[in-house]
Amino acid sequence: MAKLGDIAKILRSKNSGPFEITLDCLFDQPHLYEVVKQSGLITKEKIAKLYQIEESDIHHLVFFDQALGFKVTMAREVSSGSVGERDVYGAQQHAPLLALEVLIKEVDQ
Amino acid sequence: MSQDIKILSPSGMLGYGFPEESFQRGIAEQVHAIVVDAGSTDGGPHKLGAGVSIVSKRAVKKDLDMILRASLPRKIPVIIGSAGGSGAKPHVDWTLDIISEILQENNVQAKLAIIWADFTQDYVIGALRENKIVPLSANIPPLTESAVLETNSIVAQMGHEPIVEALAAGCDIIICGRAYDPSPFAAVGIYYGKDKGLSYHLGKILECGALCAEPGTTKDCILGTIGEDYFTVQSLNPSRTCTAISVAAHTFYEKEHPYILHGPGFTLNLQQCTFTELGSGIVRVSGSQYIAQPETYIKLEGARLIAYRTFVIAGIRDPILLSKLTDVEAIVEQQTKQYYPEINEQDYKISFYNYGMNAVLGDKEIEHFNGHEVGVMFEVVAKTQELANSICATLRSTFLHYGYEGRKSTAGNLAFPFAPSDIEFGPVYEFSVYHLMQFDGNGFPIEYRQGGK
Repeated sequence: MAKLGDIAKILRSKNSGPFEITLDCLFDQPHLYEVVKQSGLITKEKIAKLYQIEESDIHHLVFFDQALGFKVTMAREVSSGSVGERDVYGAQQHAPLLALEVLIKEVDQ
Repeated sequence: MSQDIKILSPSGMLGYGFPEESFQRGIAEQVHAIVVDAGSTDGGPHKLGAGVSIVSKRAVKKDLDMILRASLPRKIPVIIGSAGGSGAKPHVDWTLDIISEILQENNVQAKLAIIWADFTQDYVIGALRENKIVPLSANIPPLTESAVLETNSIVAQMGHEPIVEALAAGCDIIICGRAYDPSPFAAVGIYYGKDKGLSYHLGKILECGALCAEPGTTKDCILGTIGEDYFTVQSLNPSRTCTAISVAAHTFYEKEHPYILHGPGFTLNLQQCTFTELGSGIVRVSGSQYIAQPETYIKLEGARLIAYRTFVIAGIRDPILLSKLTDVEAIVEQQTKQYYPEINEQDYKISFYNYGMNAVLGDKEIEHFNGHEVGVMFEVVAKTQELANSICATLRSTFLHYGYEGRKSTAGNLAFPFAPSDIEFGPVYEFSVYHLMQFDGNGFPIEYRQGGK
């Protein structure tokens, strides 16, 4: 087993407009990207559970092969900078994803 | 075959700064335009609502001075996107004042085009009544007339069209109000007859400065070149380089989808793009697809004042208090409310943020607290500043002296870094308008002026 944070080259969060937060996970080795993509572990169900939100709050979950990465975009609980805000830029909301455990024999070697 | 068109992006944000050496390397490339983005909604609704910038005047002047001293003698047009941070009239005026100062200090003249992006409440209400306004995503409430009336400053993101028109008029400096971030860049390629898909895709990359390079940063220069059926990007600083993956990955950045982008009047599909390294840190991109939409929708943005805030920052080091911190905070909040039975509890809101424990993620925090110190920030947001100040003062004194069960440190619970401890923040805004409006072509008027003496 490995944590996503250990094998990803970039794992970040950021606002995508004031009403959404988007998580980007990018790899620098094609085989790591493929293994994660093929593992079937990156699902809306899993992300929703990790972030304690409804699956319907996840607006996109898309893999993009040319960039060796996937993106998850979710609804913000409050719009950026409004009352109740914790992270105006949404730049530190990636931490739960770092700890997501993914497989994998190829990585353990 | 028409000539290649070169665009210099000095930095991802006007006022963030960039190395002069990188910039001069870009100028030596004999670029067709210098384009710099100056705005974003990233920093929250405050700057649009309050009509202020989040970069300093000093920094914007420093950046613009370097740009204009290079561009004006060489007749290179300069385009500023989303001037002043949010691109509403106060932001554009602020930018124009800075440009005037620079022109006067350098004793030069320049032809300016100002493209306004403000929309009046009446105009927006008219569109609303004609059902021409829709929310951008499912979690945004439908726009109401009362929300529009409470929103003093409404802007919309322009496409490339008015900027192309200003370029055709032969301007030295084009100051855009709120623009779709890639539009001011795309306008250059489109003005020279280049493909719209390539022009917008390149714009999407260039608007962040050197963020698409490795190591990436918004505070450095990048060069984009558009040919017939491709564009290239390259770093202008030898300590950074662009790779196929770094450029491909950049389309992820701060967008909801990795390869489908929505702009005013079009969708950009980048799924079939190819990214090729040509050597020397130059990456060639082709296959960016521009799909015109049957109706043009423009993105409206507006912010309204919703409350006033007062807050306190303090440290807690006592292990007994730390072991029951959230319970104590709940009691302190309750006692504060009880002290003001005459005030409607709907008129204010108390919140605690325990830094070191879970302030960033809140309920989503997955780690258990095992630290020895917490930074607590507590705030009161209220209908008026006086109310926020008064309740926050009571909250602070109650928290400071509250005698929780098992307390040994009876002299005080909070370590304040500042005197006074209570910080009057001022107005709090929220995005009250973030909707798509069907565009009938009326808007984004261009005003031409002669700048300098």
